Amino acid sequence: MANYLPHTESEVQEMLAFLGMNSMDDLFAHIPESLRIAGGLNLAPGRSEPDVADQIAHYTSRNKSTNDLVCFAGGGAYDHEVPSVVRALASRSEFVTAYTPYQPEVAQGVLQAIFEYQTMIARLSGLPIANASLYDAATALVEAVNMAAGATKRAKLVISAGVHPHWRQVVRTFARGTGHELVVAPLRDGVTDWSAVNCDGAAAVVASYPNYLGVVEDMAAARHVATASGALFVVGTDPVLASILKTPGTWGADIVVGEGQPFGTPLSYGGPYLGLFACTEEQIRRLPGRLVGETVDVDGRRAFVTTLRAREQDIRREKATSNVCTNQTLMAVGAAIQLGYLGTEGLRDVAERCVAGAHYAADALTSLPGVELAVTAPFGREFALRLPIDASIAIAALADDGILAGLSVAALAGDEDAGVNDPQNVLLVSVTEKRTRREIDAFVVALGKLVK
Amino acid sequence: MTYAAPGSRAKSAPLMGRDTEPTLFEMSVEGRRAYQLRTTDIDVKPMGAYLPVEHLATQPVKLAAVSERDLVAHFTRLSHRQFAVDLGMYPLGSCTMKYNPKFCDTVANEPGLAKVHPGTPAHLTQGWLEILVDLEDRLCEITGMAAATLQPAAGAAGELTGLLLMRAYHEARGDARRRVIIPDSAHGTNPASVTLGGYEVTTIPSDERGLVDVEALKGALGPDVAGIMLTNPNTVGLFEEEIIEIAGLVHDVGGLLYYDGANLNAILGVVRPGDMGFDIVHMNLHKTFATPHGGGGPGAGPVAVAAHLAEYLPGPRAQRADKGGFEWTTPASSIGRVHGWHGNALVLARALAYIEVHGAEGLTAVAHHAVLNANWLKQRVAAILPAAYDRPCMHEAVLTATPWKKANDVRALDVAKRLMEEGFHAPTVYFPLIVDEALMFEPTETESLQSLEALALALELIHAESLTNPEFLHDAPRTTPVRRVDEARAARQLMATEDAAGRS
Repeated sequence: MANYLPHTESEVQEMLAFLGMNSMDDLFAHIPESLRIAGGLNLAPGRSEPDVADQIAHYTSRNKSTNDLVCFAGGGAYDHEVPSVVRALASRSEFVTAYTPYQPEVAQGVLQAIFEYQTMIARLSGLPIANASLYDAATALVEAVNMAAGATKRAKLVISAGVHPHWRQVVRTFARGTGHELVVAPLRDGVTDWSAVNCDGAAAVVASYPNYLGVVEDMAAARHVATASGALFVVGTDPVLASILKTPGTWGADIVVGEGQPFGTPLSYGGPYLGLFACTEEQIRRLPGRLVGETVDVDGRRAFVTTLRAREQDIRREKATSNVCTNQTLMAVGAAIQLGYLGTEGLRDVAERCVAGAHYAADALTSLPGVELAVTAPFGREFALRLPIDASIAIAALADDGILAGLSVAALAGDEDAGVNDPQNVLLVSVTEKRTRREIDAFVVALGKLVK
Repeated sequence: MTYAAPGSRAKSAPLMGRDTEPTLFEMSVEGRRAYQLRTTDIDVKPMGAYLPVEHLATQPVKLAAVSERDLVAHFTRLSHRQFAVDLGMYPLGSCTMKYNPKFCDTVANEPGLAKVHPGTPAHLTQGWLEILVDLEDRLCEITGMAAATLQPAAGAAGELTGLLLMRAYHEARGDARRRVIIPDSAHGTNPASVTLGGYEVTTIPSDERGLVDVEALKGALGPDVAGIMLTNPNTVGLFEEEIIEIAGLVHDVGGLLYYDGANLNAILGVVRPGDMGFDIVHMNLHKTFATPHGGGGPGAGPVAVAAHLAEYLPGPRAQRADKGGFEWTTPASSIGRVHGWHGNALVLARALAYIEVHGAEGLTAVAHHAVLNANWLKQRVAAILPAAYDRPCMHEAVLTATPWKKANDVRALDVAKRLMEEGFHAPTVYFPLIVDEALMFEPTETESLQSLEALALALELIHAESLTNPEFLHDAPRTTPVRRVDEARAARQLMATEDAAGRS
């Protein structure tokens, strides 16, 4: 069993004797006897690491990873390359086993890495402030609507059906506590129809750029709706495409959230991921979570420190802007490393390859009989494909050919408005810079056998 | 007898990188690049061929331009400016900075876990679903609860999830309640979560023992109380010995008991929250189950509940299927999703591996050794740093530097800063708020007797300095990568990006 405890038996006895005790049980003598577990926990005995490794292999043997399946699934989780250098640096134990940087004198490494991360995320958002990370995109959106509600003293949230259904579900869950009212604006041919809902009195107007079906929507229309109703404009972004599209800030976003997983975090079965959050200077006193700022030490040397701490839960308590404490710092450090690796040119290259690959795949797949784009609006790296059969059946069948064909829009949407008719037949297909022409051609052949 | 031995502290701290490291942007040279991409044989046309031109950026977002070699040097040098558990003792109270077994890193790097898309259908991810089911089983056994959600990504997310479960429970009974009771010693996340859960905070004082003031609790209870949030052992490291009476009082008014699992490490295999009467429990896997803190995250904050709350748990949940295998199900009256996917899955897998190597006896030994270490350290330094409360502590000891302040104007902060020069991370200072000049030490079970002795000797040295040369302590630290920083300036002249710092 595990062997991480250093004390020898004689040391334990000496330490107990120092405390005037005879046994470990004496340490717990002040706990009511009736509460103490009599026979120990009902768990299996501990085993050695190699023995447990066998158990882990039993689990992993029944998972299909991107080593087994060529991945065309996206939906906020993308199969991007994580190069060796990024993995090596992000797994340095100084970053991995550090705590929250409360003592800046010995935490400059993490603090400066976060400062660099904040700079990159602010630039990609087109806004001046980015925080030190939140859990994931969905929970970052919750913080965004809370910020908007705090700024406007309103409780109504108007959210496009183009916002990822899981993000909407999470907003709905937390609205149980805050009392926020959700109004979902429907999609018409993949584009939000803001006129279909009443936006009066909204705290936030939330759009996604591109939306979850991959469509690059007109953000000017959404900004106009927000301005007309006095709401803050919240944009969910795909940070990879942010390198080729106009930034959300350019479109007038007040708050930007997004999923930072594409920046150096493996697919990881959905977590830990990286919640991106950026905002205007007007909202900085309502910023959730940690923020790193630059300053100097007593010798006048450059130093970094967590700042504007009076917003946070450990100081403001029930009046805090958010309850966030632990965030996703390691993923933020990894994102800074990945973006440092890619650089200005590389991120743009990745984004362009995603878009070109997606359009190549869409053209080829829609040449199959009965297969067509579910919406005609322009798309970026992802598209909704209407099949003549149930998308879940297609996904299961193509897995036998070594292909993860995409995501079923019906499964993804659950109880939320899917934004397309007959979503059970709609497959959401995503292409990253890793997908080759040969892999896409094989996908087309495999699907062709199924729909012919 | 002395236990001090070489190698028992990170006295390499003075060797940590002292030179200012330029930012990645300052290092950039236009045209320099590191990246390489796969050959795909797909033509990439100008983006205007795919997307309406009004959407396209007119110029690229500027990031950095460095070589791979520079990138490695930069982040390696930054890592040298960072304290970490792997470097030395991190006795940060309330944070359980124990050693993170490398085996669990290996588990989290398994391609069969790390390279699985979260939207892959259940029949292709049966191993992942089984991990989630097995972990839920173990956590329920450890806490004495009936069912759990693994979705919350951190402790605070677990707290808010728990409060929404509390709300769902009461609302299902048509019983709208208004208040949640919290002791004044609670972590700040508790009251912040209560507000987001739509409840009002009622704070009750601790008594002179450092425990919940039961009379004050009685005064605060009423039919509008939804529940109480407690940490046990509490944030001053003491076990709430009257927990059975407290649970009875809260349940008598129809309220629920919420267990903040920040200090679960102290009671593993000794007592269980469920047996104490708690209805809702969150755990911090990044504390108790040794998943690394990552410089502030990721964590994982599963929430376990008693049977009467299981129907409200977030969904989807991995469950054993009647026909064999595993499937996703959503509880009948689920509050909904609290995470974009399935929670911090790789953190969950690490925690399961940690539980499996320990087993029942190993986990109990963890609690025993953690409590032994805290009590030994508390007694070892009692002559110079008295405990805030004269009672047996659990896994952490709250000491007070009040005598130092009175005698020589040396404060807890000075002790913390000076300790860094001696190769130790600072303890938690000025928390909990109810203790004057608090220094909260949580050595954890993975520190040796020699490390504890070295820490005690460092504290004795610092105490001697406080008597003869208090200024020396006010000036500390001197040997760390930076010295005390101007926090007021950071807030006043906010520079949170390279652009704001005028170096774009």
